[in-house]
Amino acid sequence: MSAAPDLHTAAPDAAVRSALAVDVKGVEKVFPNGVRALERIDFDVRDGEFVTLLGPSGCGKSTLLRLIAGLLPPSAGAVSLQAQGGGPRRLAFVFQHPTLMPWASLLRNVRLPLDLAGVARGEADRRVRAALDLVGLSEFERVYPRELSGGMQMRASIARALVTEPRLLLMDEPFGALDEITRNRLDRDIRELWARQRLTVVFVTHSIYEAVFLSTRVAVMSARPGRILHQVAIDEPHPRTEAFRVSQRFAAHCAQLSALLAGQR
Amino acid sequence: MSPLKLVAPALVGLAVLLLWQGLVTWYEVPVYLVPSPLLVLQTLVRDWTLLGGSLLVTLRIALLALLLALLLGIALAFVFVQSRAIEASLFPYAILLQVTPVVAIAPLIIIWVKDPTLALVICATIVALFPIISNTAQGLRSVDPELLDLFRLNHATRLQTLVRLRVPSALPYFFAGLKVSSGLALIGAVVAEFVAGTGGTASGLAYQILQAGLQLNIPRLFAALLLITLAGVVLFLAVSLLARMALRGWHESELAR
Repeated sequence: MSAAPDLHTAAPDAAVRSALAVDVKGVEKVFPNGVRALERIDFDVRDGEFVTLLGPSGCGKSTLLRLIAGLLPPSAGAVSLQAQGGGPRRLAFVFQHPTLMPWASLLRNVRLPLDLAGVARGEADRRVRAALDLVGLSEFERVYPRELSGGMQMRASIARALVTEPRLLLMDEPFGALDEITRNRLDRDIRELWARQRLTVVFVTHSIYEAVFLSTRVAVMSARPGRILHQVAIDEPHPRTEAFRVSQRFAAHCAQLSALLAGQR
Repeated sequence: MSPLKLVAPALVGLAVLLLWQGLVTWYEVPVYLVPSPLLVLQTLVRDWTLLGGSLLVTLRIALLALLLALLLGIALAFVFVQSRAIEASLFPYAILLQVTPVVAIAPLIIIWVKDPTLALVICATIVALFPIISNTAQGLRSVDPELLDLFRLNHATRLQTLVRLRVPSALPYFFAGLKVSSGLALIGAVVAEFVAGTGGTASGLAYQILQAGLQLNIPRLFAALLLITLAGVVLFLAVSLLARMALRGWHESELAR
């Protein structure tokens, strides 16, 4: 292992061997009002990766995520989600806001995807409790969203995403509205969940620090029109602790991404 | 409810009544101009068989109208939100119905509809309908777009989205409309009765007010007026209670402050 991170690796060699999870080919997005949100995006995600889309506001990173989720159709090109074993790939989306139903308890909020899919009540409740347990909210199943802090609401939102046991987790700046302390803790937790549940994650953020801490690979985007300029592997071992946050290697990764973002203009 | 919210208005009311009683007694105002509160109360008790019966007639019309406005209003709101085209073609007529004064169309309805009670119920329904339609329709549309995305991502059917998302989102709007409509239903019932005169049921509170006015029986007029006001307040409180039970615990409008 070299002392400094390799600053020029384009693709992580560990991930290349695993199966393709998301394949975005030649995708463009022009909104009806004429805004060119994305231009010629070629991008893929492999099973088990934690990929972050990093860029300034308005660079189209959220648009790209919504295209991958199928919430928006591309104007050109194609997005394909590779299913394993032929079935549709289960994906879950975590929004910028907790997006909980204010009239429903946490239990019912987290159970929603299962209710919509027609999973039997007993089985569903069991899985909801497991998901709430994963995010440390097992004592709060009867509580209504507004009684919880922003961080806890976000945890509930993540539990709702995990309850379907998704193969692909898409997260759209989920911790952007939280204070830094809560955000750091949730970053640590989501990293832990990613490793433990063997998730594949595509994560949108405009925080360089968050991108470095979380990712196995960072895609750096530029604005107007949105393009992927660089892809950088964050080749660091898994248990990433608070010590990693203050390490020289962390700083080096941040400096590299910062330079790439600054070089855009 | 906090004690302040009960005690403060009660004190104001009591002060006004005392002042009223005092002024009427002091200046010896004739009964046929302004009766004293005590006399109004005595009249209410003495004429209770007559006035109580009339109260029931008017209340029945108002409640039937409110129920009808509720059913029609919700149904129409659901139809409106099905497509922008439907709403665009029908909504102007809902507004037309709203802006036409009920006094102007009541005579027609009373001529067309044989049953006097039904005629009055229709008049009151027309008055009470609009807030329920427009509020419920707005509520059904006012859904958090991210929650809509969440439902889409989970392949929710149209019905699932309606029942689990649109209806609960619409509840606060619906109840705001219902609160307005509960008062309007009573107003509609009374106004229609006035217009109908002897052509109506000839037994509601408005009829008693008309008769008492003609006979210069001002204390009875006041007593009937008092009953209408009380009925309106009770109706409003009942709807508020319903709203509180439905929204308690999650909606900002019904949280303890």
